[in-house]
Amino acid sequence: MTPERFDSWLTVDRKGLFCRPGGFHIDPYGGAERAIVTHGHSDHARPGHRHALATRETLAVMKARLGAQAPVSSQEVRYGERVTIGDVAVTLFPAGHVLGSAQVLIEWKGVRAVVSGDYKRSADPTCAGFELVPCDLFITEATFALPVFQHGDAGEETAKLLKSHRQFPDRAHVVGAYGLGKSQRLIALLREAGYDRPIYLHGALAECCALYESFGVRLGDLKPATGASREELKGQIVLAPPSAIADRWSRRLPDPLTAFASGWMRVRARARQQNVELPLVISDHADWRELTETIAETGAEEVWVTHGREEALLHHIATTGRTGRALALIGREDEDQ
Amino acid sequence: MKAFAALLDRLSYTPSRNDKLRLLADYFASTPDPDRGLALAALTDGLFFRLPLRRILTDLVTSRVDPVLFSLSRDYVGDTAETVALIWPSGEARAKPPKLSAIVETLQSAPPAEIPALLAKWLDRLDSTGRWALLKLMTGALRVGVSARLTKTALAEWSNVPLADIEEVWHALQPPYEELFAWLSGKGPRPALQGRATYRPLMLSHQIDDKELRSIGPDAFIAEWKWDGIRVQAAHQSGERRLFSRTGDDISGAFPDVIESLPEGVVLDGELLILRDGAVAPFNDLQQRLNRKTVSAAMLKSHPAHIRLYDMLFEGDEDLRPLPFSVRRARLEAWHEAHAPRRTDLSSLIDFSSVDELETLWSGARETGIEGLMLKRRDSPYLAGRPKGHWYKWKRAPLTIDAVLMYAQRGSGKRSSYYSDYTFGAWRDGDSGAPELVPVGKSYFGFTDEELKELDRWIRNHTVESFGPVRQVEPKLVFEVAFDSVHRSSRHKSGIAMRFPRISRIRWDKPAGEADRLETLQAMLLN
Repeated sequence: MTPERFDSWLTVDRKGLFCRPGGFHIDPYGGAERAIVTHGHSDHARPGHRHALATRETLAVMKARLGAQAPVSSQEVRYGERVTIGDVAVTLFPAGHVLGSAQVLIEWKGVRAVVSGDYKRSADPTCAGFELVPCDLFITEATFALPVFQHGDAGEETAKLLKSHRQFPDRAHVVGAYGLGKSQRLIALLREAGYDRPIYLHGALAECCALYESFGVRLGDLKPATGASREELKGQIVLAPPSAIADRWSRRLPDPLTAFASGWMRVRARARQQNVELPLVISDHADWRELTETIAETGAEEVWVTHGREEALLHHIATTGRTGRALALIGREDEDQ
Repeated sequence: MKAFAALLDRLSYTPSRNDKLRLLADYFASTPDPDRGLALAALTDGLFFRLPLRRILTDLVTSRVDPVLFSLSRDYVGDTAETVALIWPSGEARAKPPKLSAIVETLQSAPPAEIPALLAKWLDRLDSTGRWALLKLMTGALRVGVSARLTKTALAEWSNVPLADIEEVWHALQPPYEELFAWLSGKGPRPALQGRATYRPLMLSHQIDDKELRSIGPDAFIAEWKWDGIRVQAAHQSGERRLFSRTGDDISGAFPDVIESLPEGVVLDGELLILRDGAVAPFNDLQQRLNRKTVSAAMLKSHPAHIRLYDMLFEGDEDLRPLPFSVRRARLEAWHEAHAPRRTDLSSLIDFSSVDELETLWSGARETGIEGLMLKRRDSPYLAGRPKGHWYKWKRAPLTIDAVLMYAQRGSGKRSSYYSDYTFGAWRDGDSGAPELVPVGKSYFGFTDEELKELDRWIRNHTVESFGPVRQVEPKLVFEVAFDSVHRSSRHKSGIAMRFPRISRIRWDKPAGEADRLETLQAMLLN
């Protein structure tokens, strides 16, 4: 089978990746006519779309985060449910990135293209696990596309946090964690490791945690850090957005010890630059091995690489005899913060 | 190796001294011999592998990883050893990691040709933190912000044995220090000292205050100059010649010239200086010989070292430390008269009849190399540490200038949310003739916590540009900066470097245009 060239029907325009025969964008910039949204992070779920198709969880996140800027109308689909849009069929599959995150399978004239969105293949108790979708064209993320990124076992990193917590029982351990996904995963990891004390939250994280709980993800005893007394916060684990951990917000905490849960923490210069005392390598993105293995397993003959360090991944793709192409979508260089 | 790697990893990110002590103490408490002793040796610079690994590493890694991918990764990470630690493919079934003791033992006897194969085998069996720590260990540069002294302090806190006692036995011991750990954990006797030139903890002084100064008279006190070098202890006992720094580090290797003519059977206290034609060279000259393991012939000639003697702790087997200072001084003088070893002289005593006379003398002393004045009680025994009421130092009033804040950097640890490290500048004429600021120094202390908060607020409101953790600010805020002296420096754009600069006052009131010019500092240069 010789399909029409992929770029004759999947193109990049001003708003991002566009499927011509379906008449929709995937994760477009603000104000698209029809959008398919892979997940709720703000660089994928943008404000002002007229119509959006996504999982129920992603639509709920968009509604909560975007308010009046949420899509005017929306279509909710389940994982594995095949829907027809224009001349194409669209099916969402779990991406394992955050709650509700999806890969998008687009079928047109017998050709299968998969847009991965952001994904990971390691275990995450707070969302559905990644499902491999065989395809002809695989459009992959590349946030951690260098072989130095091997994320390892998130459970061991959680143990490192708990060990520090035992060693420094008077210090508030303030952990920087992205509000949607990372925070809830870290809380779930702590609970799995047997930590049952209250976990304190920066105000910006409360809404996403409540949303996860409304979808049945159990997070245990959560308390607001804002308003708690210094005495109360002594020796507690406190979660905050990365921007707050080493800034003025953290001054309210008693003798804070700064931790940061992110795939970037694997590189020492990154951790040091942000004055992190306890780097925790916990990532919601695929690491190098997951990226390269997934590409091979999809069976795709052509691979497009979106945001990240595409140079190394394109080099790798070429050595495996596939066709690779960089897809320049601006604004997604530094995810997993 | 896993526990040692985790310790190094944690230490490398921990800014607070107390936290480092806790991490070290926990490690020593929970790790068995001989691994903890070898870790102690590594942390106190007692293991000298220093293998040149760069070439070996690149060869090894490119046999396992695509060279293009390695090169891209190296560019991103910025450090070869770290890149290798991160990129090394983990073994399929996780093999049991090697023990620190097994690694050290093997390295001590391995022929150089076998190093690459050994290294590859260990890298296969370790995780990325383990690999990073192994490479640090093998290159002999741990650089995790822990000094030998801090490590010994951790031993003292963990065991409740005074630091001075540990320092005194330290140089009689060898890795893996099993005798030391047995003693510290109450399971063995104090290690014996006979037959070794070991470090004896120094006696230190207090800064004198005005009230104390008024009570000083020649009957009870002896005055001498405080020389601007580093305090050292020189020993020649049982056939060993050693030179120790104030903190007990063995610096003999860097200063063979000052100890080679010391006769047998003596422990001396003095100031290490660079002396040319009888004149003390600037402290900077001495600094060039410090922090080295060995010294070149050229350096020995261009930077000749010298010890100016203050005190004598042992003569033969006799411990002089319980004797009064006046008696020890007489013994020192007699001994020096008899032996007069090359590259030593006595720090001369200052005759005085009253504090007023001393003050006149002191303010008139412009000789270089004098850092202050020492006042020592005649009847003081030589006591380890900083005992109260025995020795006083009287330092020269600091110099000051008014400088303009140029850059602020975030601090570390408790100060990591504050812009607390300040670079300040003085005015000079730029190429166009218009005045411009040139950085003249950097300081992060001298202000109160309240002032820090105000400064932090001011900096956030007057930022011109940010570079990572550094902010450039509008040149509007004046600091009165106090410092001990100014030296020439080719490393700084301004051509000068301050010694011990600190923020003495924040001049919220003073217009930046009225701050000092570079010429003011240049006029303060000591030559």
